[in-house]
Amino acid sequence: MCTTCGCGHGQTRIDGVATRAPASAAGFRHADASAAKLDLGAAHGHAAAHAHGSGLGAVHDATTGAERIVAIEQDILGRNNAVAARNRRYFAQRGILALNLMSSPGSGKTTLLVRTIDALKARVPIAVVEGDQQTSLDADRIRATGAPAVQVNTGKGCHLDADMVERALATLSPADASVVLIENVGNLVCPAAFDLGEAQKVVILSVTEGDDKPLKYPDMFHAADLMVINKVDLLPYVDFSVDAAVANARKVRPGLPALTVSARSGEGFADWIAWVVRQRVDAVEARSGVADAPRALAPGHASGAAAVSSR
Amino acid sequence: MHEVALAEGMMRIVADAAARCEAARVSTVWVELGALAHVEPQALRFCFDAVARGTVAEGAVLEIHTTPGVAWCMPCGTQVALARLGDACPDCGSYQLQVVAGEEMRVKEIGIA
Repeated sequence: MCTTCGCGHGQTRIDGVATRAPASAAGFRHADASAAKLDLGAAHGHAAAHAHGSGLGAVHDATTGAERIVAIEQDILGRNNAVAARNRRYFAQRGILALNLMSSPGSGKTTLLVRTIDALKARVPIAVVEGDQQTSLDADRIRATGAPAVQVNTGKGCHLDADMVERALATLSPADASVVLIENVGNLVCPAAFDLGEAQKVVILSVTEGDDKPLKYPDMFHAADLMVINKVDLLPYVDFSVDAAVANARKVRPGLPALTVSARSGEGFADWIAWVVRQRVDAVEARSGVADAPRALAPGHASGAAAVSSR
Repeated sequence: MHEVALAEGMMRIVADAAARCEAARVSTVWVELGALAHVEPQALRFCFDAVARGTVAEGAVLEIHTTPGVAWCMPCGTQVALARLGDACPDCGSYQLQVVAGEEMRVKEIGIA
């Protein structure tokens, strides 16, 4: 945990249960550097092989005193990306469609999720991973629809990461060929940087937020695979141009697909549901490897289609 | 702010490397951040300093090298410089741009003692 601002894995809770930080994150914090060295044992005789002339020689002097330069060349998000890849394999093996829903707080993500579940639950198993700093309010709303939900409370954290999703999936145990909806922490900045292993990143922008937001928060819209403009029932009451919002988003993410909906009135919702269903067909086909998706869902299929509700 | 998570990621990489080399101390960390990367360098510096306290990298100098943003402009059919997301092609003004470089965040090297 960061001792200055309190963020960090140490405060993550999944359905109220505190999770332990990954072993290596805790392991590097120690009072005595020599203690860590002793923990390694005697198996390392190759330290000398790491020393070399620096690749950034033009930028700094590689021979400052007793300092030895060691090449690293590792992506800062490497570990998150590795866990995200594991999540992606988990979903692929089970034919599960995973969607990462991101937006500002108050854009209507949870209302949209509730309406989505109500529209699909008769034909598709749906499970939800809910991300918030605190409370289980959103998970409770989801569970009221009958869909299983796991609440991840990040504490001071501002985004979900792949670790949190991996642990939530262990609790959730979603059915084969289901849809897993991951509602990220309400935040139009940070979640964009973290791959969770999802198939698609869906960014929700409501009409009360302003059509310039894609330009002001470019990282989020640059990372998006679909933009959903919500609360269109309020268009008569706000100065929001759908065309401008879409054009702005396409300046940072050329060709970004966009849908307009009202999770409250249902306007445009059929197109959103159709999009989800199409993505799910892709996920199921990719897993079973057969072109005819309905055959893969037939009763008696060895992959566990018993978990899939029939039409 | 997510720079804490990024700093923790950096710290894990640095600590693992220092342990492999049986280093007593990490004195310098060289990091490459793309101009289009989703990170604020000053925030990362602040967070890394905090996260490194009490570790083998406490007090290490963090050297940040920024790499330029590059995009493929589809109408021009060439690579162009891209200073930030949302900018148009500096030559033709189109927004039909595919980012090809400048989103990286890498630990390049460490200096150990």
